[in-house]
Amino acid sequence: MTNGFAPDPLIAENIEAYLEAQQTKNLLRVITCGSVDDGKSTLIGRLLYDSKQIFDDQLSALEADSKRVGTQGQNIDFALLVDGLAAEREQGITIDVAYRFFATDRTKFIIADCPGHEQYTRNMVTGASTADAAIVLIDARKGVLTQTRRHSYLAKLIGIHHVVLAVNKMDLIGFDQAKFDAIVAEYRAFAAEIGLADVAAIPISGLGGDNITEPSPNTPWYTGLPLLRWLENVEVAADADLARPFRLPVQWVNRPNLDFRGFAGTISSGRVAPGDAVRILPSGRTTSVARIVTLDGDKASAGAGEAVTLTLADEVDCSRGDVISIADAPPQVADQFEATLVWMADEPLLPGRSYLLKLSTQTVTVTVQPPKYQINVNTLEQLAAKSLDLNAIGVVELTTAAPLVFEPYADSRELGGFILIDRISNATVAAGMLHFALRRSQNIHLQATDVGRDAHAALKNQKAAVLWLTGLSGAGKSTIANLVEKRLHRMNRHTFLLDGDNVRHGLNKDLGFTDADRIENIRRVGEVAKLMTDAGLIVITAFISPFRAERQMVRDMMAPGEFIEIHIDTPLAEAEARDVKGLYKKARAGQLRNFTGIDSPYEAPESPEIRIDTTAMTADEAAALIVERLIG
Amino acid sequence: MTTHLTHLQRLEAESIHILRETLAEAERPVMLYSIGKDSAVMLHLAKKAFYPAPPPFPLLHVDTTFKFKAMYALREKAAREAGMELLVWQNPEAKAAGINPFDHGSAVHTDLWKTQGLKQALDHYGFDAAFGGARRDEEKSRAKERVFSFRGAGHRWDPKAQRPELWRLYNARHARGESIRVFPISNWTELDIWQYIHQEGIEIVDLYLAAPRPVVDYNGLMIMVDDDRFPLKDVTPTVKSVRFRTLGCYPLSGAVESTATTLPQVIQEMLLTTTSERQGRAIDHDQAASMEKKKQEGYF
Repeated sequence: MTNGFAPDPLIAENIEAYLEAQQTKNLLRVITCGSVDDGKSTLIGRLLYDSKQIFDDQLSALEADSKRVGTQGQNIDFALLVDGLAAEREQGITIDVAYRFFATDRTKFIIADCPGHEQYTRNMVTGASTADAAIVLIDARKGVLTQTRRHSYLAKLIGIHHVVLAVNKMDLIGFDQAKFDAIVAEYRAFAAEIGLADVAAIPISGLGGDNITEPSPNTPWYTGLPLLRWLENVEVAADADLARPFRLPVQWVNRPNLDFRGFAGTISSGRVAPGDAVRILPSGRTTSVARIVTLDGDKASAGAGEAVTLTLADEVDCSRGDVISIADAPPQVADQFEATLVWMADEPLLPGRSYLLKLSTQTVTVTVQPPKYQINVNTLEQLAAKSLDLNAIGVVELTTAAPLVFEPYADSRELGGFILIDRISNATVAAGMLHFALRRSQNIHLQATDVGRDAHAALKNQKAAVLWLTGLSGAGKSTIANLVEKRLHRMNRHTFLLDGDNVRHGLNKDLGFTDADRIENIRRVGEVAKLMTDAGLIVITAFISPFRAERQMVRDMMAPGEFIEIHIDTPLAEAEARDVKGLYKKARAGQLRNFTGIDSPYEAPESPEIRIDTTAMTADEAAALIVERLIG
Repeated sequence: MTTHLTHLQRLEAESIHILRETLAEAERPVMLYSIGKDSAVMLHLAKKAFYPAPPPFPLLHVDTTFKFKAMYALREKAAREAGMELLVWQNPEAKAAGINPFDHGSAVHTDLWKTQGLKQALDHYGFDAAFGGARRDEEKSRAKERVFSFRGAGHRWDPKAQRPELWRLYNARHARGESIRVFPISNWTELDIWQYIHQEGIEIVDLYLAAPRPVVDYNGLMIMVDDDRFPLKDVTPTVKSVRFRTLGCYPLSGAVESTATTLPQVIQEMLLTTTSERQGRAIDHDQAASMEKKKQEGYF
């Protein structure tokens, strides 16, 4: 094949006119799905080569590389153009999402190159999240494979409406129309099953360049567009969003001086103009748009995809995380949802643990219920699941600590797509898509009471607090907690001691010792402790509470300064030597499973308010120290 | 398809979104400013993102003392016009040792002045987020770089610790001692940059335009003799009509012969040219995948 994109003659003749013409170019984001064996890297290399994105020096390097490590003999191995990281190049596989650029005269393309490996659902979902269109690549010799179904399902899940099936390596089956038709028929039947409508299909050869930029003489029976021309005709998702109601998630409030207060953000849908009546969510306050301010002067209107700064006619409360909406069609506000989660971390989902949820410009804490089911991406079967592992997809219910302004993902990627963040490592552990708000969150409201928590504590002449004792089994938590309560009681303080063993006989008798049960155990104790602090009590708790995240969760439930973390620090060897309840012996003998310190981890506090070294002081000295720190 | 925004408008909006998101989530951001064309575009985008406020963070130039004179002149002017504080960092160790590209070679020179200098400056000022003007089209390994690139303690880049980036959602959370490099113009290509500079009338160093300049052949590159530190020995510089496609330290930036004295002419030459942009840079020729190695060591 010859180069399909020789430089436009206009460039040499009249560059000014050429640049003028380039001003109307579109921007389209595309994801390629397929495995190394399908010739995906070769196809992308071909697109770059044919659109003249390869320079002579790169080409000579490519030719040298092709002979040295290529898989095409003496011919150019286009795949080497796009294989990036050094280690990957040696392994001969791509292992992450890579973004490539090329342009035709009408469109600039950003291609997300995603690996087709079994375990890389995470990468494909990431690459697909910003894509307007998907190219599903298959090897003509192999037809529709399990991974083809998986890729198509994921493209559908992430909401890509424009999918093209590129049947590659047609040269290897002699450009056989019957075989092509059979593959397409099988694929279309499957696509209809998962709700992918209007799938185009193109017979191509990445190696030979057939039907990439121009119709191939090898497939006279194919009358559709070549791949690039098909892509040029795809509608950009942001353009579709123009027809929806106006929404602007506020990113940042711009206050350079007392006279200016602008709300900066990227319009997620619709259009806006000065004078439009708008509503601020979640507060519901209404006002109207005064100006659309830019460096180049005020604008008469702006639409989806534009990054703008608005000023409002009235002084209303509005800050980062709020959404400015058209007044008569606002988005919903809720705190309980059903959602699909794609798990992206090595550490599995822990139901009940609190994570951070970031949706648009809103960040809130959230807890996730055990999955309703997990989806097998190969068979699309719904499977029972207690958790989600790396690359697993499941449907869950989740509860946020504060109300979220949202729209179903099917309506809005911006206000329906979210990520979950681990609170300790700060890693992004999952991506999610909100389906709908659960009805019950709209029906339960907090009851305002007239006698407040401060009044309760004032009557007792004290400040409410939680003394949270954490440490290994046998560290001395219960002993010290008991002594602390006795001292406080003598000082006429109103206290209550929540002890791990006692709570497990009643409130938490349905819970075992798995990680999930331990988390729920602590969550319930935290909620009870919170009610007691509302009642004005000094609560003393004695729980192993091995995980930092849950201790943090309880800390977050309390008023600032009320949670006092006390690490009863006893070395494992010492606690095991004491072995008051004989539990370590049982655990070592394998009779007790999930025992903290033996086969279940203990995450020591990094900066507790108080640390008690039990090898350096007696239990009574420890209790005295704690009381002194509390009362001052 | 016709569309309501052009590709440059979409790229601009994406970059502005990234700039604002970083400002909202980081504690102490800074913009790395190298005075080149990519920095010029990034600075222009920052002015737009925060208008009418000036960009609410300082500019940081990690100086190697070997930039072109014309670059130093523009540096002061650009910062002043943007209403931003300009911080200049010169690695005191490199200064004391008199490190220069002629005696110590490009690798040592770049490592000490740039890589080590950058780490020192970020640590010194306590910046937790630094905007950089790197683009994914510059080099193969950069195609996989995130927009938000996480650096652990010691500024190390660990490919396994990088976070997936979905939709327009960037997770900027980090522990103390960790930092983020943010690349707002990741998705721009060299052509996009030139078109945008042309369209917006952004001021750039005139070294990007062809003019008669004294050059010598040095390590296979056409190097402009910008000051008397250049060890001329027996060579006499020839005056040729040249321009630069990328600007860094003058002894390491190769010129190309050109007659393009206007921006459209530069774009014209670029579109008709047959060598890539990084070819004029001495540091990439050291070894295959060299950018990859430099990145792990903390180079941008």
